[in-house]
Amino acid sequence: MERLWEKNRVAVILSAVVIVGMYVFWFMGKARAESMLTSAWGFAVPLILAALVGVVGERSGVVNIGIEGQMLISAFAAFFGAALTGSLIIGVLLGLGAGMLLGGFLAWTAVKLRTDQIIAGVVINIAATGITSFFYKQGQTLPGVFPRWEIPLLKDLPLVGKVFFANGPFALATILIVIVLNYLLFRTRWGLRTRAIGEYPQAADTAGIDVIRMRLVNVTLAGLLAGAAGAFLSMEASSTFERGITADRGFLALAIMIFGAWKPLQAAAAALFFGFAQAIASQLQADKVVDIPQQLINTLPYVLTLIVLAVAAGRVRAPAAEGVPFVKGQG
Amino acid sequence: MADTDVAKARTAPTGTPPKAGNPVWELMVRNQSIVVPIVALVLAFSIGAFLIRTQGVNPAYAYESLFRAALGTPEGLLRTFQKTTPLILTGLAVSVAFRVGLFNIGAQGQLLCGAMGAAWVGFTMKDLPGIILIPLATVVGVLLGAMWASIAALLKTSRGVHEVISTIMLNAIAIGIMDTLVNYPLQAPGDDIARTPEIGAGAKLPEFGVVPSGFILALILALVSAWVLKRTTTGFKFDTVGKNKHAAGYAGIGIAATTIYAMALSGGLAGLAGVVETLGVVHRYESTSNNGLGFDGVTIALLARANPMGTIPAAFLVGILRSGAAKLQFDTQIQPEIVDLLLAVTLLLVSIPIIAQVIFRKRAASQAALSSGWGA
Repeated sequence: MERLWEKNRVAVILSAVVIVGMYVFWFMGKARAESMLTSAWGFAVPLILAALVGVVGERSGVVNIGIEGQMLISAFAAFFGAALTGSLIIGVLLGLGAGMLLGGFLAWTAVKLRTDQIIAGVVINIAATGITSFFYKQGQTLPGVFPRWEIPLLKDLPLVGKVFFANGPFALATILIVIVLNYLLFRTRWGLRTRAIGEYPQAADTAGIDVIRMRLVNVTLAGLLAGAAGAFLSMEASSTFERGITADRGFLALAIMIFGAWKPLQAAAAALFFGFAQAIASQLQADKVVDIPQQLINTLPYVLTLIVLAVAAGRVRAPAAEGVPFVKGQG
Repeated sequence: MADTDVAKARTAPTGTPPKAGNPVWELMVRNQSIVVPIVALVLAFSIGAFLIRTQGVNPAYAYESLFRAALGTPEGLLRTFQKTTPLILTGLAVSVAFRVGLFNIGAQGQLLCGAMGAAWVGFTMKDLPGIILIPLATVVGVLLGAMWASIAALLKTSRGVHEVISTIMLNAIAIGIMDTLVNYPLQAPGDDIARTPEIGAGAKLPEFGVVPSGFILALILALVSAWVLKRTTTGFKFDTVGKNKHAAGYAGIGIAATTIYAMALSGGLAGLAGVVETLGVVHRYESTSNNGLGFDGVTIALLARANPMGTIPAAFLVGILRSGAAKLQFDTQIQPEIVDLLLAVTLLLVSIPIIAQVIFRKRAASQAALSSGWGA
């Protein structure tokens, strides 16, 4: 317990603030508190998944700025895959596959060809916008309603039970993914090696780790998470695909990754904090407590991101070797 | 590093293609920066042709209709020039930032600031004569664009916030602010559409036949930028900071000051693109009329490899495609987004050294200098 506290101080504080805040709201009105927390969590899920793509990539030493494009293509593939084949499962698999494919593409260009990683990512984003706009078809619908699962016992917890443990499969999986990835990254051999190739690849190489191969595999597999984020947006959260459905979430996620100090648990707490801010703003607007035009309210997450980055960027340290292509025998 | 690789590729026998020694081949190797985009374009149009065929349309007919609409008539030519003008400017904006190692994805937001500033001056002081109104609107628009970009530069130099993220956030914030302004305080009275009143007659930029005056301005600025970047100490400082911060520091170049200066220049150019669009084409600020111009600037700068003179042909390419896309849709029902797809494929092939590797059997090492990672 003490270790948990030491390692994840920010995460624990942020989560505590959110949950305590929610209980305060609960006393004011249970229905409202639940709807706000639900909205916050819905906002946070794709951000968490996308931030984890960044965490895995950058811990391995590869900057991934193409998460936005990965999500967009995945959302597209998932929705139209499901709509055209008539199967939700095929849609989900296509979405995951599309995310992984683009992850593989980034890995290949950044690690193998040693292209500038930022440019490779931006190119993925531009290409994703072009592809999804061109192939977009109007009037498609999902073949069915996305399922809603309930976790026994946990779902009966007051307030948080309904919000976190009675939900769609992606939202439920996100909780598991955060915990598992946090464990993998800091408690397993894979995690130690991943952090090593992101911090000091020359040393890792000397110790016999195949840096190139590991980076390729990690960045490609992280694409699965981007695929999940995309499929969540077009199938679970909205059951429709619109052009630009990702709405810069891929970039917000990078800010969350930095805010979360490249740690899965902390990133999840940071994303929840973002979702919470968004939910409060919408609620105040809906209650007519404040009268700010909707267009301005919508910029809140972006303003918050700038503030968070300005405060957090100086305090956290990025993996030392990120963005630098590895060349065996050099450096 | 870049130069030695090139030298190696030219002289070392390893992997040297069989055609070495052939003068045409030598010429191609020397002019890779031209050869690669052309090969990329040909490939992109081939892929485009394939996609057009899958939609049941003859690709030759589709391309003909696109290019005829963009270049075949005086109105088409004027429209193409009008589309090209802001693209040269946003392409320059992104290119200038590249020189100091900054990736300014925020040209879109800076452009919106410029467009709004010019529109605001243009309609609030509409009775002033053009000779005062045009310069005033221009100065306000350019300054607003420069200020918006400077926020990202300041965050970078003082807090280490990566410019790619901050400029994307600033884009979204600019869109929100502008949408609020045209829907509430600055909306034209009695208008249902979210747009400002029209600017005064004196503020509208003239056209010379099919050539808008803004286009001439854009050409001049491309020349000036090329000269400044290549021949002046300012350009030298930009390049030094962009290529090697440590060397710049030792040489006594203020890294933070140079970064902020370059970013402000970049934002000013993007703001000017917005000014020219407002004064020359739209004649007011409308929510949707400036869509995508800044993002196309990123495409153009990458196609031109951050070379100011290269932005002119690159902007023309994009301008022609955008200008002809509506007619293409009218004639063939093909969605105008085919243009985005063509550009995306071209960009993919140009930025990622696949072509260079396949044709020239070497890595395009010169690219690495364009931008920097988080830490830098």
